[in-house]
Amino acid sequence: MRTAFVKSMIALAREDERIYLLTGDLGYSVLEEFRDAFKNRFYNVGVAEANMAGVAAGLALSGKIPYIYSIATFVVMRCLEQIRNDICYQNLNVKIIGVGAGLSYSLYGASHQSIDDVGVMRSLPNLVVACPGDPLETELVMQESRRHQGPVYIRLATKGEPVIHTSRPELPVGRGAVLREGKDLTLIATGNMLENAQLAARELEAQGLSVRLISMPYVKPLDRDLIRKAVKETGRVVSVEEHCATGGLGSAIAEVIAEECPARVVFKRIALPDKFPPEVGGRAYLREIYGLSVSGIMKTINEACGIKGKRGVKP
Amino acid sequence: MRTSEHKARNIRKSILQMVSRAKAAHVGGALSVADLLAVLYFDVLKIDPAQPHWEDRDRLIFSKGHAVAALYATLAERGFVSKETLANYYANGSKLGGHPVMDSVPGIECSTGSLGHGLAMGVGMAIAGRNDGKSHRVFVIVSDGECDEGSTWEAAMFASQMKLDNLVVVVDYNRWQGFGKTDEVVNLEPFREKWQSFGWETREINGHDHGEIFQALSGVPFRRGKPSALIAHTTKGKGVSFMEGRFEWHYLSPNEQQLKNALLELGE
Repeated sequence: MRTAFVKSMIALAREDERIYLLTGDLGYSVLEEFRDAFKNRFYNVGVAEANMAGVAAGLALSGKIPYIYSIATFVVMRCLEQIRNDICYQNLNVKIIGVGAGLSYSLYGASHQSIDDVGVMRSLPNLVVACPGDPLETELVMQESRRHQGPVYIRLATKGEPVIHTSRPELPVGRGAVLREGKDLTLIATGNMLENAQLAARELEAQGLSVRLISMPYVKPLDRDLIRKAVKETGRVVSVEEHCATGGLGSAIAEVIAEECPARVVFKRIALPDKFPPEVGGRAYLREIYGLSVSGIMKTINEACGIKGKRGVKP
Repeated sequence: MRTSEHKARNIRKSILQMVSRAKAAHVGGALSVADLLAVLYFDVLKIDPAQPHWEDRDRLIFSKGHAVAALYATLAERGFVSKETLANYYANGSKLGGHPVMDSVPGIECSTGSLGHGLAMGVGMAIAGRNDGKSHRVFVIVSDGECDEGSTWEAAMFASQMKLDNLVVVVDYNRWQGFGKTDEVVNLEPFREKWQSFGWETREINGHDHGEIFQALSGVPFRRGKPSALIAHTTKGKGVSFMEGRFEWHYLSPNEQQLKNALLELGE
């Protein structure tokens, strides 16, 4: 996703002179090409995220479109008040790039595990929250971020994620995409859980369960129509995200279901618990512990469908 | 009397009437910054009240947003809004709240309120102006209290790294902050040396002497290739004897009799 991000960044900057890139002293082996191509539109502000967000606000107040870049935990939490007051309050055209979504940097510990950023950012007025699920969605979200007037938070994983989409979806701000049709249950994934979600849906299909797969890169604004339609047509919804259950995609979907879907519905969230993971381990290891692996997702889906054991029959 | 001194007196009167009517706080810090604003808006800033968004205007960021009564009064005195508008300060449904909001009143460049935010935004504006080949300057008025904030110094370091000689910070150094004296809460001294060591060219003046203010601000940048810091020594509550240097006027609002006495002191 980082590669798709920087390619998009360079393409956008070639088209639009207003585009700037600021980094909080991160981006080794990622941002060099941009830096060298656009010397007057690239600034390393040092290890000073609050200043970076404030400077970006000043640039936006002068008609520029600055993108600010750091690890998600830092670029959200360290300068949250600057994001709130300088950027969102004034509805400025600043785009916030957080890398290391969820457990991407799991081995670095919870200081680097971005497991609560979506909940925080989703609560800020004017802010669009985007969690692209693969390199293609990253490219599409980047293009939308330039078109959208106002602040956007873009939560990226790391390098090397596979392309999941087989065709180029229409993904304007606030829209999700159906990757696979299904009638027994709808699985809604955001960000870097898209890969495991797709593998789980495919495996369940082989076991006789018809799972609709939706990718929901925009947690805010949320594609409420797509959720209502999924509830109506499949009756069961499971959300999956690499983020604490509080405030993330699952919370947002629960709000729609509670307020707008009167019919009986089965709904489950696959998300991290309300704690900083104490275990040391790689992403796959932690995903296994917290039910975010392919088998973990399948297990929750089977439970939602009332199926016990590995191979069940449709309810 | 210089024109700006006459204007400063009017600004002070407006401030007192506004805060008294609204029963609002922060009158002390509004009175301490009144002379700086008067000289800036009448003698220094390249601005046009008829075109508040004129592209080549000098920008002023009022980072000590809690003293916004002084800014509203100055903008009214300078003709950005009518003086009648000031009667709406704090009124339900009006545009004049307790901290600046971008464009809520013509001439307000950006929203502030939480301390330590203005300087970084000023740095961004100064970079943009320079990259666009513009000659306008960016002035940021900060309080002494907000120099406790790390973000102020992050911005100060970056401004000198960027050699922003189109950026000027003016410190309203009235030596009182939210809950005590600056030298007793977190001592800023040696203050001028701090700015110097962060790479700024500095001047120190009496922030109520219009000649000194004008002389300093009409000479920016103090040095080519460096941002300029003007440390203005001021008195909290300046102009009203019973408010001067008295901490409680960070919070109190003058009652009817106190307003009358204060206006008498300023000269009807």
